[in-house]
Amino acid sequence: MFKKQFHAKSQRDRKDAKKDLCALVKSLRLCVNLLIPCLVFFAACKREQRQFSSPPSNFKAYDVTMSDIHPGSPGLPQPVENPSDQRAFDTNEGKRLFTQYNCSGCHFNGGGGIGPPLMDEKWIYGENPENIYSTIVEGRPNGMPSFRQKIPDSQVRQLAAYVRSMSGQLRKDVEPTRNDDMNARRSEQRTARETPRRSSPPPQ
Amino acid sequence: MIETRNTILKICALALCCSSCGGIHNALNPTGPQAQNLSRLWWLFFIVCSVVFVIVMIALLLSLRNRTTEPPVALPPLVEPPREQERKRRNVVISSITITVIILFVFLIASYSAGRSMTAELAHKNGLNIELTGHQWWWEVRYNDVDASNIFTTANEIHVPVGVPVTFSLKAADVIHSFWVPNLAGKKDLIPGKINTIWLQADKPGVYRGQCAEYCGFQHARMALWIVAEPQEQFNAWRQNQTQTSVTPASDSQKRGQQVFLTSTCVMCHAINGTPAGSNIGPNLTHVGSRNMIAAATLVNTRDHLAQWIKDSQQFKPGNRMPQNNLSDADLQSLVDYLQSLK
Repeated sequence: MFKKQFHAKSQRDRKDAKKDLCALVKSLRLCVNLLIPCLVFFAACKREQRQFSSPPSNFKAYDVTMSDIHPGSPGLPQPVENPSDQRAFDTNEGKRLFTQYNCSGCHFNGGGGIGPPLMDEKWIYGENPENIYSTIVEGRPNGMPSFRQKIPDSQVRQLAAYVRSMSGQLRKDVEPTRNDDMNARRSEQRTARETPRRSSPPPQ
Repeated sequence: MIETRNTILKICALALCCSSCGGIHNALNPTGPQAQNLSRLWWLFFIVCSVVFVIVMIALLLSLRNRTTEPPVALPPLVEPPREQERKRRNVVISSITITVIILFVFLIASYSAGRSMTAELAHKNGLNIELTGHQWWWEVRYNDVDASNIFTTANEIHVPVGVPVTFSLKAADVIHSFWVPNLAGKKDLIPGKINTIWLQADKPGVYRGQCAEYCGFQHARMALWIVAEPQEQFNAWRQNQTQTSVTPASDSQKRGQQVFLTSTCVMCHAINGTPAGSNIGPNLTHVGSRNMIAAATLVNTRDHLAQWIKDSQQFKPGNRMPQNNLSDADLQSLVDYLQSLK
């Protein structure tokens, strides 16, 4: 009895059922369309935890190689990872410190002047984080002063991360975006990634 | 039991009322002509609005009580209301509208004239001129003078003579801040690339607290300043001292402290006049020992606070621009000795 009735009903309502299905699919699609932006929105909340106090880091500036020639076993030492390379806050702080500590006095906005450019692919003393770190800390001949004990370790790491972002070496989402004031060049985020290569210092 | 609780509640309410009458950070406790103007305006608005509110509530209650309880008939008879009642109602409506318009005009004129009085005399003020620059998150204070040897820079603590109008030129180094000392004047924004001016005058000696009133980042809430109003002679003595270069370290510990200052991270951001330290990124520390507070009126200037602040300022104001400093204990103590001696 019930089956018969159901059958009759289903036959009668077949068209309606199809319509219902269409509506269901439509509403599902709408839900998904709304849900994805929501998920993206909430995922963005947890992008990065800002760290104001410098956590202990095993980032050290030893084992720095300046050239391909080195003594001992074959193979270059493994590059050390700079934790600041992964944090947008740190690269932006590095950008602020770059002006604050007057790095731009010689390197200008990365284009170079008194000091060598930092936004190109040429690296005289190495392009790895630990190389840049030791360049800042130890200083280099012909003008680069040593900032040992003058700039705290955590800030040198931030500066090293920023210097690498100038030639697009970091992830796009951690590199600084455009300046508040007039841009001297494309923002770090929009800089194409250069392929670093070793270069000798310019002749005196 | 309930009685005791009621008494306690009453006392609390009374304490709350009284607390709004005093204090060093209170717009209802005006101590200068500027703040008095504003406070007068505030009380006018408050009293008139309260009276209007009470009258409206009484009218509402009366009309609720006197409403007719007869059930509405399906077709009300089309009759003219009595003439007497009609006229009475019209008069009530017209007079309330008139009173409202008059009150609004009184408010308009009062607020306009209060606003005018804040700036009207600015051009004629010929007292002290102070240049105030907002940084994230502290205040740079520069006393201008026609005599260049009297110009000096300090931070977060502004001394002013009592009864003298002081003109402030407001600047910002990074983002928009706002200068607000409730006891003395209203707010005025510090905008990068623009110089705003405001004047204020303290009529009574005392300490008044100011606060950044425009959200400016992590430590906006702890970007405060002190205005110390003192009699003219006392102010002159203070000013005389501030124009001097820093004292030379006397004891061995202070001498070592100076060396620590000049050879570590301090020297990269701070200036101490009379030494090679001359950076203007952080507050000028030439007379830091004479200040009552440190860290933009956040911590009392004691030996312990100073040492903790130098070692790890991030525990007090997370995100502030001063890095943690990994000094040895002996160096830190010498450094604090030296800084405290800078009276």
